[in-house]
Amino acid sequence: MTDKHSEILLQMEELSTWFGGRERPSRVVDKVSFSIRRGETFALLGESGCGKSMTALSLMQLVPTPAGRIVCGRVRLDKDDLLQFSERQMRSVRGQRMAMIFQEPMTSLNPVLTIGEQIAEVLRAQAQTNGDRKKIQTEVINTLAAVGIPDPARRFKDYPHQLSGGMKQRVVIAMALAAKPDLLIADEPTTALDVTIQAQVLDLLKDVQRQTGMAILLITHDLGIVANRVDRLAVMYAGQIIELASREQFFSASAHPYSRKLFAALPNMRKRDRQLETIRGNVPPLDSVFQGCRFVERCEQAYEVCHNTIPEWRRLSNGQQVRCHLYADGSSVDEQCFAGKNKSISTETSSAMPLVMQARDLRVHFPIRKGLFKRIAGYVYAVDGIDLDLHQGRTLALVGESGCGKTTAGKALLQLIQASAGSVHWSAQGQRQELTALKGKKLRRLRAHFQIIFQDPFSSLNPRMMVGEILQEGMRAQHVVNTREQRETMIDELLKQVGMPPEAKYRYPHEFSGGQRQRISIARALAVKPDVIVCDEPTSALDVSVQAQTLNLLKQLQLELGISYLFITHNISVVEYLAHDIAVMYLGRIVEKGPAEKLLNSPQHPYTQALLSAVPVIDADRDRKVIRLEGELPSPIYPPQGCHFHPRCPQVMEMCKKTYPPVSILGEGHEVRCHLLKQD
Amino acid sequence: MRALTNKFWLPPLILVISLSLLLMLLPDLLGVKAVVLWTDRFIYLLMAALIFLVAYIRHKPHLRQPWRQIVNNRRALIAIVVLCAYVCIGLLDSIHYRQPLPSHGKTDQVEKLYSVEVFSVFDAALSHLRERIEKTYSEPFAYQLYAKETLDAPDGSQYRAFPRLKYGAAHLSNPAEQRGKDILLKALSGAAQGLLIFSVIFLCLLIYLARRQSSSLMQSWRWYRQSASAMGLRVVMITLAILIIGAAIIWKLSFFYHVFGTDKVGQDVLYLGLKSIRTGLVIGTLTTLIMLPFAILLGIMAGYFRGWVDDLIQYIYTTLSSVPGVLLIAAAVLSIQVYMANHPELFESVSDQADMKLLALCVVLGITSWTGLCRLLRGETLKLREMDYIQAATAFGVGHFTIIGRHLLPNVLHIVLIMVVLDFSGLVLAEAVLSYVGVGVDPSTISWGNMINGARLELAREPMVWWSLVAAFVFMFTLVLAANLFSDAVRDAFDPRLTMRGQGG
Repeated sequence: MTDKHSEILLQMEELSTWFGGRERPSRVVDKVSFSIRRGETFALLGESGCGKSMTALSLMQLVPTPAGRIVCGRVRLDKDDLLQFSERQMRSVRGQRMAMIFQEPMTSLNPVLTIGEQIAEVLRAQAQTNGDRKKIQTEVINTLAAVGIPDPARRFKDYPHQLSGGMKQRVVIAMALAAKPDLLIADEPTTALDVTIQAQVLDLLKDVQRQTGMAILLITHDLGIVANRVDRLAVMYAGQIIELASREQFFSASAHPYSRKLFAALPNMRKRDRQLETIRGNVPPLDSVFQGCRFVERCEQAYEVCHNTIPEWRRLSNGQQVRCHLYADGSSVDEQCFAGKNKSISTETSSAMPLVMQARDLRVHFPIRKGLFKRIAGYVYAVDGIDLDLHQGRTLALVGESGCGKTTAGKALLQLIQASAGSVHWSAQGQRQELTALKGKKLRRLRAHFQIIFQDPFSSLNPRMMVGEILQEGMRAQHVVNTREQRETMIDELLKQVGMPPEAKYRYPHEFSGGQRQRISIARALAVKPDVIVCDEPTSALDVSVQAQTLNLLKQLQLELGISYLFITHNISVVEYLAHDIAVMYLGRIVEKGPAEKLLNSPQHPYTQALLSAVPVIDADRDRKVIRLEGELPSPIYPPQGCHFHPRCPQVMEMCKKTYPPVSILGEGHEVRCHLLKQD
Repeated sequence: MRALTNKFWLPPLILVISLSLLLMLLPDLLGVKAVVLWTDRFIYLLMAALIFLVAYIRHKPHLRQPWRQIVNNRRALIAIVVLCAYVCIGLLDSIHYRQPLPSHGKTDQVEKLYSVEVFSVFDAALSHLRERIEKTYSEPFAYQLYAKETLDAPDGSQYRAFPRLKYGAAHLSNPAEQRGKDILLKALSGAAQGLLIFSVIFLCLLIYLARRQSSSLMQSWRWYRQSASAMGLRVVMITLAILIIGAAIIWKLSFFYHVFGTDKVGQDVLYLGLKSIRTGLVIGTLTTLIMLPFAILLGIMAGYFRGWVDDLIQYIYTTLSSVPGVLLIAAAVLSIQVYMANHPELFESVSDQADMKLLALCVVLGITSWTGLCRLLRGETLKLREMDYIQAATAFGVGHFTIIGRHLLPNVLHIVLIMVVLDFSGLVLAEAVLSYVGVGVDPSTISWGNMINGARLELAREPMVWWSLVAAFVFMFTLVLAANLFSDAVRDAFDPRLTMRGQGG
């Protein structure tokens, strides 16, 4: 597979890293081999817990000891065998020849040093000289400029907390690049960032690579990122690489059933009327001894051999490599056996369904208090006058970047946060109530009708309570059923409804995986028979395959029970799959809303257009013009004058800087707030 | 099949009821009059609470897990065994009674008369130590007093010499020569007896193990010797062996010698040191018992409700912690002492009064020491109240106090436990300091602080009287060291930053 024209930079052979005791070690990295050529981008793709980060740490010899140890294998960087290097020699490799950037920019920087000092530190370590300060300073400024930090001469004296998330990640990249490494290991570099910022950072990496010719090892779980920016990739599953392919090969015809499933589990517009494909079961425990293929329990194409023979590498005719018995005879990808067979579900509901919740001019302003007497010095305009309509049995998606106030809006709707102004009407079963004026008992009694599902499945369940107790809580508080027997039967029903075994009620949350916990959260919300559920990014902490299960469940429950969802998310593909209506939020206000198909196919507001185009998509055939947004979301304390979006808008006009645009109605409930449309 | 509401509280309830019945019936059977002092009541209450707590912990896996980690820690196990020994002594010393007076043949007397002196079960066991009072100071293992006295010779003349002790080494005719050998022999025989007792205990253990694993004695012995899972048991047994043999040696010697010498009024210092254990434990535990409700309730309320409740509670505890602690304690203790001195009719006996003073000290210490824990709990609650599960409970319309009880309290309990165990040794030491300053326990209460206070003046004396101080130091040091080791282990096991955050995900 070696290309004769490009030289191999890193060669990894049979690397194994084990964790835990000698009797039953967890083979977190199990005989992983791959090579990276100079100047290429190589992606390691896999779901959480598959060992991709640990592979990178093993490369750097940063495996946490004594828990983990590199058992065997060879890592060659150029001509050096890194595993033979002493810790002292490794120090000269790390940061100099191989640099690493991590997922969380907040924790990768030292908060008490200026960013300039932190970059200078790397430079000094590299030069091994104290150098003169001036020279290092100019170099720091050059590096900062190279990663696109505006005004670097002033910025290099800033502390990390003065920078936004995207800027911090740029600084982290600048630190990694300062030593001009041959190989940059990027471990989920954009997962913590918003789509628009994510696009900026990925472009930056590409630019830097073009200039310096370094190789990048990109570790990610996101197929979308891989689709646009890598040369070759490896798919990892349960500690092992199961497929090696070039990007074109992988995206035109991925070979391994697992890779196939990953594609099928991705939600998008075209799958709206179908259930998403899911992968049954769970990743096998890594301390088990595998007799056959490790994907066998979850594979729909598995046959007898798969259970008792460990698959070897097969090389397909086009050079793609895969560990799968399906290709035993060296045949190429057989499309027949992967034919999709999932249940279709009707999702069409009419927008004439009755309203269940209606927010008008909803505002949440958080006062900022300063000084001795806690005088109000200003406000955070988190939600600044939004109108939302939730219809029975329909899903309204609230889309926006983090910090735009969408979660606050959801919580204010449910009266979990006191609204500063505006009204929220709830109406069902012939009743109509204004919620913001209600207090105490009256509000508490109505709470059964509107529920919430949270983003983080780890913090949303009390770790000290059994699942049964968790599910009971709402029933008791709302007196849904009153006897113990009724409660027990209802718990069983709920667990069945969300696809969990009834024994689950005697177990504690920590015994479940993220996806299972999210099901428990859903069951908990269902326990009080709500009309409305606010789903606050319920799938953003989950892997693709688990996300598919959760989305299927939500969709199915909506069909069965006629619940209406307010789906808060930044993930456009989920919106495409699930939403009936969409509202796009920017800095506390809704800039565009309307029916999903209309809004997705012909977005009118420049921000919506940019947001949609920044989403990395895997359909290479779709010809797209990507609109790059500069800068980041402004602070909601000092929203810009006029249209909030004008500092970043590519089509900004003079008028935008002065007045906030009025609503333009484009028919069928499609509303846009932009001066561009009024002109037409 | 388990039910969601498991009756975990039933077995401990039975245990507590049967124990209290036993305590009530036993004095009548033995013909003594039970006396329950106020601190005793609190100790019984604490024991009952402890029994329930153990049952609760066994019932909740998330609580059981860290304890299992503690039990796997060798140093913690040793500390636990030592602490248990102290607690046993403290408990025996907390069962008080009054002995009946001999009825002088008047059988028609309806009402039995009881002695005014209040003894504990522990006193009864150590009666030989309590009763054998010398004239004044004597060194450990001494056979004569520490000071020369004018003695009458048989011929009527007077001379100055060190008089022989009434009890210490009284069985020896020529102690100067015989003593060393005698001590060795007595120690050896004590060790042999201790070994015997330990072997009996060990055999019982082996039989129990054999029955539980349904194997032979040899097999369970082999399991005990070799199995990795028996490591904790081996540590416990070795510690126990050392403790039992050491105790047996001292026990044996204490019949013939004053092992730690005697104090100014001739009391056996060993006896004083052992009696001080109860005082130390009472101060260390009752204070926490008194402080916990304040700290937990106020801390969680401040963090949960915020707003004016938070402001008010913060003002209270910042004010309280800005006043110098010792000053506050001294003022409170002195005013209580004055009140007690003016109202002697409130107390049945001297020991009752002394006991009340001890309790008052605990209350004062408790009131001044809840601020630290309160502050911690407020911070933790501020963090927890933003957790999604609290929001979910709010979204269900669950009431505030249910949220506090069901969601917040169980999630801050680990902090409470860590703080209680950490505070314990501090409080034991505080008692010593306060008694030394003179605002501690009643002078008639035997405590390490009083022992040190008494020894203070004699340190200037030539030759020095060092043994009171050393004895108090040894007993206190052992307790505090064990408590500190134990608290380290507790913190390691319960601190969420040090433990893994569940599996899965």
